Amino acid sequence: MSEFVRDQWYVAAYGSEVGRELLARTILGEPIVLYRTGDGTAVALADRCVHRRFPLSESKLVDDTIVCGYHGFTYGTDGACVAVPGQKRIPRTARVPSYPVVEQDSFVWVWIGDAGKAATTPVPRAPWLADPGYATVCGMEPLNARASLLVDNLMDLSHETYLHGGYIGTPEVAETPITTEVDDEAGVVYVSRHMDDTECPPFYAESTGLAGRITRWQDIEFHPPCLYLLHSRVAPVGVLPNADGTDPDAFHVEVVYAITPSTENSTYDFWAVARDFAQDDAEVSDYLRESNRTVVLQDVDALNVLEKVIADEPAGYQELSINIDTGGLAARRILARMARAGDPTKVGS
Amino acid sequence: MTGPGAPTRMLRGEHVRRVVWLPGTDLLRGTCFCGAERDAEDPVELWEWLLAHPDHGGTPAVPTRPAPRELASI
Repeated sequence: MSEFVRDQWYVAAYGSEVGRELLARTILGEPIVLYRTGDGTAVALADRCVHRRFPLSESKLVDDTIVCGYHGFTYGTDGACVAVPGQKRIPRTARVPSYPVVEQDSFVWVWIGDAGKAATTPVPRAPWLADPGYATVCGMEPLNARASLLVDNLMDLSHETYLHGGYIGTPEVAETPITTEVDDEAGVVYVSRHMDDTECPPFYAESTGLAGRITRWQDIEFHPPCLYLLHSRVAPVGVLPNADGTDPDAFHVEVVYAITPSTENSTYDFWAVARDFAQDDAEVSDYLRESNRTVVLQDVDALNVLEKVIADEPAGYQELSINIDTGGLAARRILARMARAGDPTKVGS
Repeated sequence: MTGPGAPTRMLRGEHVRRVVWLPGTDLLRGTCFCGAERDAEDPVELWEWLLAHPDHGGTPAVPTRPAPRELASI
């Protein structure tokens, strides 16, 4: 049974990845080719020539058209074929699907599903990534595991203590109770973990200059199916936001993950770290980029192993959930409901 | 934590379900948007109870709803 949630916006790429070279991505099992026209508009088309299925991403961009690298079928930005080899008549069905595209917050979002629903569905926001008040480092790591494993991973940050010790994990993360809220109508799962007196892990000590123990807050907003926001706040012990909501004495890091299923067993793990301090310090940027990529790769290694294990197990394998899983369980339930809603064969099941 | 930095209500919707891990215990306290509350040790059981609204059993308590903080990104 597919876990895919259709009729949604998904991150296909960073805007910086899409240019005058053809870029191939497979999203929810659909092969897509991305490029940018001469006037800068991002385009997403199905990545298979209608003639003999040759990948258009292995073809040639000529002006704003793609000329198939096998027999020369030529497609415009709307997916319509504008030329075929050796004859003047272009068959009426010579067209590849085009995908609705929105560029926002440094991402290129594509709509997967019924295109008629795209215009009325808001694109999720991660505004810090394009905010000049923040400095952002980012990347994307391919994951050879189903997207739900990454959701589980990110919804329960107690794993930082064991998987990411020496980077972002300290004993207090796993020891501190969480509060979980779910708004089904808004489609949000929120998980708070506020540590009031904790060791400062190297990730924050090196980047902020804080020495000694800190107050550390982790506030997760998950917008199923694909956007995860971690509002991270660190400050000297006892320093809290002002009553009016201002928070000038704390350091804020917005950690963003766009979780894009590629196939049933592989995922694009887009990650970004935006900070409101040391914005012009290249050394801090380099440090955070390398540290966070290391952390992401630690997750990737673990989840790749896990995928192999569960892929070989019979369906319905037994799990045990405890308090730390409260947020992850909520996310799973919403994702399952969304998958059923987008698949007529599963509604009501 | 239970001090001034403890998590407060974050989501502003009318139908928010909340689960608080009670500090110093292994207990979870679930609160439905109708005000019904229940303590449990098993998050799976607690979500099932919360999702059974309005069939929680017993008389719902009157909810108290402190003002939520504005979400940063919605």
